[in-house]
Parts: sequence; C-alpha cells; structure tokens
Amino acid sequence: MADREERRFAEVSRESIKLMAESAGVELGDDVAGLLAEDVCYRLREATQSSSQFMRHAKRRKLTVEDFNRALRWSNVEAICGYGAQDALPFRSVKDGELYFVEDREINLVELALATNIPKGCAETMVRVNVSYLDGKGNLEPQGTVPSAVQSLSDDLLKYYQQITRAILGEDPHLMKVALLDLQSNSKIAALLPYFVYVISGVKSVSHDLEQLNRLLHMVKSLVQNPYLYLGSYVRSLVSSVMYCILEPLAASINPLNDHWTLRDYAALLLSHIFWTHGDLVSGLYHQILLSLQKVLSDPVRPLCSHYGAVVGLHALGWKAVERVLFPHLPAYWANLQAVLDDYSVSNAQVKADGHKVYGAILVAVERLLKMKALSLSQPVEGGSSAQVGSTMGSTGYRVSSPGLSPPPEPLTEAALGIASHLQAGGSGCPWEEWTPVPLPAMYSELYSFFGDSLAVRFSTGPGKGNYAPCNPSQVSNSRKEPSGATSNPDTTRKMPQLTANLNISPRQDGSPRMDPHPPSLAATGSGRSVARASSVQRSRSSSSRSGQRSTGLSRDVFPKARFTPPQTGPPVFSFLIGGRQMGRRCQGRRPFQTTFAPSASLPIPPRAYTHKLPVIGRVGKPVRRWTCSHYSLHLPL
Amino acid sequence: MRCHDFPKLELPVFSSAHAHFICKMAAVQGGLVDAVEEKTIKSEPVADATANNSANDARAPSSSPGSGVSPGVNKPAAGAAEDQQTLLAVLQFLRKNNLSESVEILRREAGLPEDSLDQKGGDSTGTGLGGPEADGRTDAGSLLSRVTVSSSAPSKAVAEDQPDVNVVLSAYSQQGDPALYEVYYSGLKKFIETVLDCHRAELSQVFYPLFVHMYLELVYNNHENKAKAFFEKFSGDQECYYQDDLRVLCSLTKKEHMRGNETLLDFRTSKFVLRISRDSYQLLKRHLQERQNNQIWNIIQEHLYIDIFDGMPRSKGQIDAMSGSLAGEAKREANKAKVYYGLLKEPEIELPLDDEDEEAENEEGKPKKKKPKKDNMGSKSKKQDPNAPSQTRIPLPELKDSDKLDKIMNMKEATKRIRLGPDNLPSICFYSFLNAYQGLTAVDLTDDSSLIAGGFADSTVRVWSVTPKKLRKVKSAADLNMIDKESDDVLERIMDEKTASESKILYGHSGPVYGISFSPDRNYLLSSSEDGTIRLWSLQTFTCLVGYKGHNYPVWDTQFSPHGYYFVSGGHDRVARLWATDHYQPLRMFSGHLADITCTRFHPNSNYVVTGSSDRTIRLWDVLNGNCVRIFTGHKGPIHALAFSPNGKFLASGATDGRVLLWDIGHGLMVGELKGHTDTIYSLRFSRDSEILASGSMDNTVRLWDATKAFDLETDDFTAATGHIHLQDNSQELLLGSYMTKSTPVIHLHFTRRNLLLAAGGYNP
Repeated sequence: MADREERRFAEVSRESIKLMAESAGVELGDDVAGLLAEDVCYRLREATQSSSQFMRHAKRRKLTVEDFNRALRWSNVEAICGYGAQDALPFRSVKDGELYFVEDREINLVELALATNIPKGCAETMVRVNVSYLDGKGNLEPQGTVPSAVQSLSDDLLKYYQQITRAILGEDPHLMKVALLDLQSNSKIAALLPYFVYVISGVKSVSHDLEQLNRLLHMVKSLVQNPYLYLGSYVRSLVSSVMYCILEPLAASINPLNDHWTLRDYAALLLSHIFWTHGDLVSGLYHQILLSLQKVLSDPVRPLCSHYGAVVGLHALGWKAVERVLFPHLPAYWANLQAVLDDYSVSNAQVKADGHKVYGAILVAVERLLKMKALSLSQPVEGGSSAQVGSTMGSTGYRVSSPGLSPPPEPLTEAALGIASHLQAGGSGCPWEEWTPVPLPAMYSELYSFFGDSLAVRFSTGPGKGNYAPCNPSQVSNSRKEPSGATSNPDTTRKMPQLTANLNISPRQDGSPRMDPHPPSLAATGSGRSVARASSVQRSRSSSSRSGQRSTGLSRDVFPKARFTPPQTGPPVFSFLIGGRQMGRRCQGRRPFQTTFAPSASLPIPPRAYTHKLPVIGRVGKPVRRWTCSHYSLHLPL
Repeated sequence: MRCHDFPKLELPVFSSAHAHFICKMAAVQGGLVDAVEEKTIKSEPVADATANNSANDARAPSSSPGSGVSPGVNKPAAGAAEDQQTLLAVLQFLRKNNLSESVEILRREAGLPEDSLDQKGGDSTGTGLGGPEADGRTDAGSLLSRVTVSSSAPSKAVAEDQPDVNVVLSAYSQQGDPALYEVYYSGLKKFIETVLDCHRAELSQVFYPLFVHMYLELVYNNHENKAKAFFEKFSGDQECYYQDDLRVLCSLTKKEHMRGNETLLDFRTSKFVLRISRDSYQLLKRHLQERQNNQIWNIIQEHLYIDIFDGMPRSKGQIDAMSGSLAGEAKREANKAKVYYGLLKEPEIELPLDDEDEEAENEEGKPKKKKPKKDNMGSKSKKQDPNAPSQTRIPLPELKDSDKLDKIMNMKEATKRIRLGPDNLPSICFYSFLNAYQGLTAVDLTDDSSLIAGGFADSTVRVWSVTPKKLRKVKSAADLNMIDKESDDVLERIMDEKTASESKILYGHSGPVYGISFSPDRNYLLSSSEDGTIRLWSLQTFTCLVGYKGHNYPVWDTQFSPHGYYFVSGGHDRVARLWATDHYQPLRMFSGHLADITCTRFHPNSNYVVTGSSDRTIRLWDVLNGNCVRIFTGHKGPIHALAFSPNGKFLASGATDGRVLLWDIGHGLMVGELKGHTDTIYSLRFSRDSEILASGSMDNTVRLWDATKAFDLETDDFTAATGHIHLQDNSQELLLGSYMTKSTPVIHLHFTRRNLLLAAGGYNP
C-alpha cells in the first residue's frame, strides 16, 4: 500500500447532487446533498466492485457497460440503457459554464432498423486451429488468419508477387487479364496484401503514364473484389491512391490527347465500389472522402480536370453526396465555370473544353440528384424516409438520415488526416453543421436556373397541373414557379425543352458527346437573371453554339411525346420524368436526340478541334472495357 | 454529526432513545476510558446488542450510534421520574455545550421549571474546576450508573423482526473512546515492533484483522471522521495482498453502508483465523493484560480465532505463503480429515492389446514405460490403491457398451502417447475463436478432443466438430420410425444427413455462459450462465434437455464428473451444488465459502469436488457427506483455475494474482508455488501422465512447468503434523517454457490422449 493515491475514488460532489435534484424539481439543503453525495459515491463504488467480477468471468480486461448493468441488475437496481455501444463516448464540455457531459446523439431507430448497409465484420464466429509450437519449439507456420506486414514471405509467395506485378504492369494484355483474375480470386495472398498496396501507391510516380495508372487501378479493383482478403486499414491507402487518380492534375493530362477523363471516371467508380463494399473498415472514411472532394471543388486554383474529378467522385458516391456537397457549392462554382466558358479566346480553347466537361459532369450529377430525391420523396417507406427525416432533423439530420447511402454515423471530430482543417480552409463550402436539406422544388428551381432545359428531369408539382399540354412550356414553368417563388423568373417561360446532358460515367457509351447546346431562344432569356445565379452562362453558351440549333429543332418534336406521361390522379405528389429516356435503357433511350453528334462518336476527333466547333460536354475517347460497366455503371447502390 | 441531530431536539415529541443518545454523547465527551462504562459493556454483551439494534431501527437512518447501555430507557414502562432524569441529562448536556437556545426550547416543551436544571446540575457544574471534560465524565458516570441500574430486559417485540444483518453488525455496538483507537492500535504496533524477531512476524498477523474490526467499529458507531483518520493512518501498514479488501473497506464510511455489504458480513460472520505459536500468543496476551488494553483484547476474543500451536514460531515467509484469504488461514483441524485421493479401480474390460487396469478419464499409459518416473506419484498397480475410496463409496453409473468402446479407444491411443518431460515438451495447437468479439467466456473440449464448445457472452453455446466428421442431429421421431432397427448401421441411419454442419448453435440461456462442460460420453453438454440456470444439452439432437434451477444468482462454473451422471456447479450465491442429471434438485449443497465460487472441479475418482472462490480459498468437499475436508489458503486473489493431477493426489490452482499453487491433497499442504504469469490464470491442465503442468493466462501465454520435479519432495512428518511448509523459490527452474499467443488470452487447455497440448481462446484484435 505504498501508493495511497491509488485508492482515491472519483467523487460526486454535493453540487452535482444539487444540480441533479434541481433538474428533477427538488430543492436540496446542503447537508442533505452532502449525505446523498456520499451515499451515491459509495453505491457507485459498490456497483463497480461487483461489476468487476462479471468482467473477470467474461475473461476480459476491459470493464464494459454491460458488466456494470449486470451488477446493477443483480443488486436490484434498474439498469442504465443507452450506453451499450462499444465505442468510447465522446466527453464534451460547454465552454461558457464549467459543464461536462457525455454527448448523446439522437439515433433514428426506424432508419437503423431499415438500414440496408448492415455493417460488415459481423462474420460468423469460427474456430481455427494452428500448430503454434512443435515440441515446444517456435512457431512452425505463420498464422494465416491474421495477416501481418512484418510476416516473412515464403519463396512461393515471393515468386507469385513478382509474377503478378510483372504481368499486370507488363505489355501483354492477355497476361494482365489472367493476373488480374487470379488476384481477384486467390485465397492465399493475404500476406502479400501490404506489398500490393505498396505497389498501388506507386500511382504517384507514374502520373505521366495513363496506361500504367489504368493498370494499377485495375489491380485495386481485383484486390477489392477478392473475397478472401481482409483489407482492414489498407482501405485507407487504396482509397488515397484512387483519389489521387480522380483528383490530381495528372502529368498525363497536360497533353489533351490523353484521355485522362476516362481514367477519372473509372477511378471514381472504383472509389464508390471500395466505399460501398469496404467503407466500414475505416471509420470516418465517408466524411474524409467528402471533405477532400469538397476541398478540391471549392479551390478555384485547381485545374478543371481536378474539379471534374471531384464532381464525378461525388456522383459516384451517390446522390446524397451530390446533394450534400455539390449542390451547395454550385452557385459559387458556377461563377468560375461561367468565366471559363465565356472566354472565347483561342488560348482558352483547351480550358474551355475542360470546362464543358465539368459542366456535363455536374449536369449528370444533379439530374440524378433530382431524380433520386424525387424517388425518395415518393417512396417514403423504402429508405426514402431519409429525406423527410433529413429535412426535419436539421443539422444533424444528414449523418443520421441516410441509411442506405451513408456509412454509420461518425462524429465529425474524429475525422483524421486534418480533414477538419480542410473544412475551414476551404471555407467557401457549406459549413458541415449548418447544412440543411433543400426541399425538392426549391432545389429544382435553383438547378433549373443554372441549367435550364438541359435538365432532363421534369417535375410537375401540383395536382391540378398534371395535365400539361406537352408543348406548352409556359405552363410548365408556371407550375414550377409556385413552389419556389423567389427564384422563379418570367424568362423561364421561354425556355424550351432541350437535349439533355449525359455524363458518361458508365463507360459503355463510348465517348460520343452527349451534351447538347442550348437553343438560341435562350439567348435573350438570361438577361433577367440575377447575377448571383450566374445563369447567363447558358445564354452565352447557347449563343456560341448555333450549330446545335438544328438539332434542337429536331428534338423538339420528339421530346415532348416521350417526356410527359398521362396526367396524374390522386393526391398531390411529385412525379418526375426523364426526358427522352426509356426507363431501364437509359443510354439507348437517348440516342434519338443526339442525331447531330452521333457520327462524331466514332470519329476520333481531337478535342481541341472539336471544341472549336461545338460546346461539347461529354467525353471523347476510346471505350473502356465492357466488364467495368457491368459491375459499376448502373449498380451504384442507391 | 451532532449538528445533524440538533434539529431533532426541537421536535415536540422526545423519544427517550434520543435522550439517551445524548447521554451517551456526554460520556464520549469525557475523553477517557471510563471504568464504569467498560464494566457495563462486559457484563451485558448479547442482550444489549439486540436491544440496541431495535433502538437503532426505530430511529431514522441518520440516527445516533448504538450504545451498550441503551435498553432500559427504551422501555415505555419506565416511570415519569426516569423521563425526568433523562431530560435533565439532556439539558445538562446542552448547557455544557453552550446551546442555550436549545435548552430553552427543550425546557419549554417539556414543561420543566427553570430551576430544575440548576438544582440537578448545579453540584457538578458548579464545582467542576477541571473544566467541561471532567464535568462530562462525572455526569456521564452518574447517569450511566443510574441507567444501568434501571435497565431491564429489552423489548422483545422489536427484536423479533430484526434482519440478520443487524444481529451480525450489532457486535460492533460496543465501543470505547473513538479517539483512543489510534492510541491502542499504535500502542500495539509499537509493542509488536519491539518484540523479538522470531515473534514479530507471527504477531504481525493480528494487525490486519484488528485494523479491520476497529475500523468497522468506528464506522458502525458513526465516528466517520475518526474512522477515516484511522484508515488513513494505518492502512498503509497492511500487507499488500489485502489491498482489494482494503479498497472495499475504504469506501465504506457510513453505518448504513455496512448493511448489505458482503465483504463485511463475511468478515463478521467468520472468525479470522490466525496461527500463532504458544510463545508468541503468551507474549501478546501478557502485553494486553498489562496495558489493560481491553478494547483490543475484546476484539481478539470476539472476532479472531487464534489457532495456537506448540513449537517454533513460523517465519515471515511461511506465514505469507499461507495467508491472504478473506478469513485468514485454515484451522489445522480443517485439514485433518482423511481424504481418499486414490483412483478407483477400473472395471475389467476385454482389451485387445493391454488389459492393464487404468483410470478411465485420466489413465496412465503403459505402466512399464513410466515406472521409473511414477514412483513418487502414487504407484499404479492392479491392486486397489490404499488411498482410494471403496468402489461403491458413491454410486456410479454403469458402463455402457459405448463407454467400453471408448475406453478401448482410449487405451489404444494411450499406447501411442508421447512421454513428456523437460527434454520432450509437447507440441501446442491453438484453437483461435475468430470473430468472437470479446464474447467468448468459456471453452471446453471433449476428452477425445473431437468436439470443442464455446460459451459466449451473447448467451449462446456453440459446438464445433474438430474432426472432419460433421455434427448431425438425430432424425425426427417420424423419420426414426421408418428406420430398420435391425440393420447393422442403425446408429448411422438415425442421423439426419441434412443437418450435417461443422458447428451448431445452442440457444436457451438468457445471460452470458460462464461455464461449460462435456459429459465424458460426449452425449451431453452442460452450460452455466449468468441467468442462474445450468442447462443440459443433448449433443444428439442439439436441444436443451433440462434447465437446472437452484442457484438464483449467476453460476460461474460447472463440471461433469469424470464418470458422468453427476455434476457440480458453483456461483455467486457462494454455495456449490452437486447434481445428478436426472434430478432437478441438487443432491448436495456445499456451503462455507465466504464469497463467490468461481470455479469447480471433480476429483478423478468422483468422490470429491473442489471449489475455488473469490474469498481466495480453495475447499475440497466430500461428495458422500457434503463435508468440507480441506481448506487451502495462500492465494492472494480470486481463484479462477483448478486442476487435479491425473493420479488424484495433487491439485493445482491458479488465481488472479498470476501464481499457480500446488497442493498435496493427502496431507493438506501447499507443496509448491509457480510464479511467472503476469495476469489472471484461467486454465490449468496436467499432462496425461502428470509430468507437465500447463497453465494458460490472460497475459496471452501458455507456460509449461515441470510437475514431476515440483511434486518430487519428501513430506516429512513434522511438516505434515504442523502444516508448516518451506517453499522453495524455484519457479524459474520449474518453468520449462513460455509460449506467446497472438493477442489471444488462453482460457482453456487440454491434453489429448497422445499428449498433444491444445489451447483455446478468443482472438482479441
């Protein structure tokens, strides 16, 4: 008993007792509070003492809330609910008063129950045997169950590693395919994982070589798809490599002939795939990704290809991410983009082409945002309740409200890698905590103010307005105006249905420009717009693209028929329609409206030459292998 | 404390108890030991106690301390004159403390004339040149004498519905002057420090029990601050292995806390046993008598049991080896009973290769192989072991054909067994439970190592097949009817192939499963849980057959008898129970432990069970009559692992203190101490031939110890007679190897029939 300090216990002060009594509406005298405080301390110690035996018998070193509750239960005291989580509870203080408390976040049980992303790691309990010591001497074989970086590699594994890396990074496409397939299905390569991850992290050194980058990304994909690998914290490393490909102004993109756009698209898909399948392995991953994307997006110094990467990245992460990050950023970003697009100097041509790329990407992203949001509103039960909850719960709503789309709630403070500082640095973005979901009509009208009829999604918002004359745009815009009076503009009435943008995230659509310019009719409409909305870009763009006019004229006849469904009946709900799309065959559905540019798909026109003619928003490039599409294109888990 | 009571004085109604309390306070104020008071205490020990408690109960929780002289005033029959006296005494007390307002109020309420006080108190206060203290004493003295004179039988009515606890606690009601406790204690301390070295160690033993009882007395009598000061001053002197108890004690500062505090009840209900040589005892007794240190003497008389022996005083090392339990050492008589530790004779079985009779579960290999080694391990022969109980001492189930088959298998395996030794260590296989997320609480393996079962914190029990043979259920009744019962492979046919799987999950418990045990015939599995039940599961149908209810608290451990049919369980209720699988009530209850029973094991001959407890003792119980035949003390922490040597002669025990202790059951002696582990030991197992002891611990290691060498010592008659042991500190020599796991606590160990060591635990990333 040399150390008497050790026996000091935590004490509950009489002030605390008084406060607690006050909160229960009881006024306590000093002496009573003192007595109570002492008794409370004693009871706490007693319960702690007896809870320790539950810990001992559970053969643990860590005393859990469960143990304490058992002790309470056996001494006929009500158990304390709500502290069963394994994670440490964040302990906060209020700055003004000296008040400390355990943060108690609200959890939406309904969402939790309906959550579709049941966390991984609930693997079946199993028993594995391994010979640890033979004749009392040394480890015979390394434990295969727990991969470790320091494990020494057997000769076979080393050989395998060399062959695989050589095959993947080598010249022979067939060999590479075989290697990737094996990497995807080999069950014995756990020990090599760190080495592969290291190889992949080499993306930073080959940023000049698109081909190599592509191969490395394929390697990532194979590793991620290997069911026998437990990626663990290597997920973080993989994600950072993939993010590099998405966001960095790669050396390869200096040459406009290099199709780094495809690489970015592919990397974005890969990112979303990693995230949806392994995101739970690293806490805070979702927020970290979002924050870095947001940071890039809000950084005007970054080149447009980085911005493009950020947008496709967000798009790939799901419409929630788009709603959360891209949408609030749009007004600010629009100004920059517009400046680029408005600059007709020859020296700017390349940049402008890039700008159109970004424009197209944004358009695709927000279209899906609108579509999904509408879907979630119209189907409140199937996970769509998230939108409702999100809107009612305000600032904390987001983290809690997206069962299918966002990972389990994570305290923001936990975000490592200085992400929080990113947030402050890139302050132009929406502050994380103040984010409130924008109601769909407002969102739609705002987006419409940017994109005009480029938006392929159409809404009817009222019960009575369901029966539009298809060719009567004024009615459409009027009905649109109602929910969003502030942003409505009489000029919008003159907008005509237009061809829509389609960012070709799915590599199946092999590079034909999907974006169509705006009709000249819009040239006059933008003048009434508020500057803040910066919507005049449309005007400028449309004026610059007279060549598109013909095509719009053509489409105008076709569009409305496909666009509007028979009038709705029943209670007022939002419905959405996707212009020109036959549901389920989205790509093919578009084709009729792209008549003008369809041939260009097959022609390998250099982007520069191309952009001189047309504001092309879309991707020109060679097709990516089909298999990627089957896995990713429309299978983002939404 | 006094301040708290003052508001009460202003109440219009006065209980005489209150009044009396204040008299008592006056006495306390005296500051010196009062001869009168002491006598009073001694003269009426028991009757006082209960009466006093009734008084306590009648009052509010914040009430006054009990006192040995209260009963008389409690009686309603006491006349008005007596009330008057009491009131006067109260007034006197108040006045002495310059509480004139209270005096006024009280006088008004009681309707006493102004001069009555002066009249009574005048003689003492007026003449008191010695100041208030002297006054107090005289007053107290006179009052006390009056009160005791008028005291009579306590009111029985109240005493009847006394809770037990109060009776227990009431022994603390007697008190001396709280201020003097420190003086007494340090006086004794000083004395013991000055005695001859040879006595000092022995006499030092009294410190801890004295300290605890004095502290509790102070607390019981509401001298909170005094108690705290006392604790502060002397707790540092106590042996480090009492730290856990002191921690409990330290948090206990109010009388109300004493109720329902189990540690304290244990302390009180059992006398703390000390073993002291006659010389030392005489020394202590003489000292206390010379100093008239009655306070301490009383405690020694009442709460301590001093086991006096003739001969040389023991050394500090000897004492430390044996002490540490909650209730002191075991009395020597406790370990005198004859224990039949020998093994039962094996039934004759027609063996194809070896008809040597061997023990069923833990049998030895071919005797000729190990004869040289086995000499001192209790020789095995065809004859009945002289130390073995008679074959029918307790009824054992008859062997079934399948059991005989199993035994034959066992023998065959035994011939292939590896002889272990310091130069030939076993190979170790580790069964890691993956994805168990802190939930693995118990593991067991069948004797033939074909099945492994895990108990989990999520209330499930899971059984895995370790061999390629999958687990199958028996077909349903309807399907069973269709089977040709005459066919040769009927046993195979009754199994439902569709249900074959590597593992099965058994649902039924409603709390963590803390103990788990396979039956020797592998048909059943027992599990004990926090929900207070023990469940018997069929491994044929993988369903629960019986839930044994009896323990109303968590059941920490259970184990099947090596012969099947019986099983033992122990838990939080401090009672170990012996059950038979076909009885829903226990056959025996073994009570005596002072704290939770943490682990239970059957002796290889099924005639005894051993239990380890949080009171840091190990007890061996006779299944036949339920008597406790051995008490082993020496562990300094709750015991979590026990293992009998296969020959039944020795016992190994492991505790939270990370030490393994070895015991000779026949002599009832500690024979070894194995130090090395740094955390709780959760599993112990002897190799099939007792050469090696394996221990597994929370510190993620398996350690192997040379058991042959550890038990290779002559127990001389003197040691056997006196129980004085001389432990060698040879742990390092005995440690044959220490093997790390990968962050996996070792919670179960098992030697296969060929002496391969299997370890199991939950991987804890």
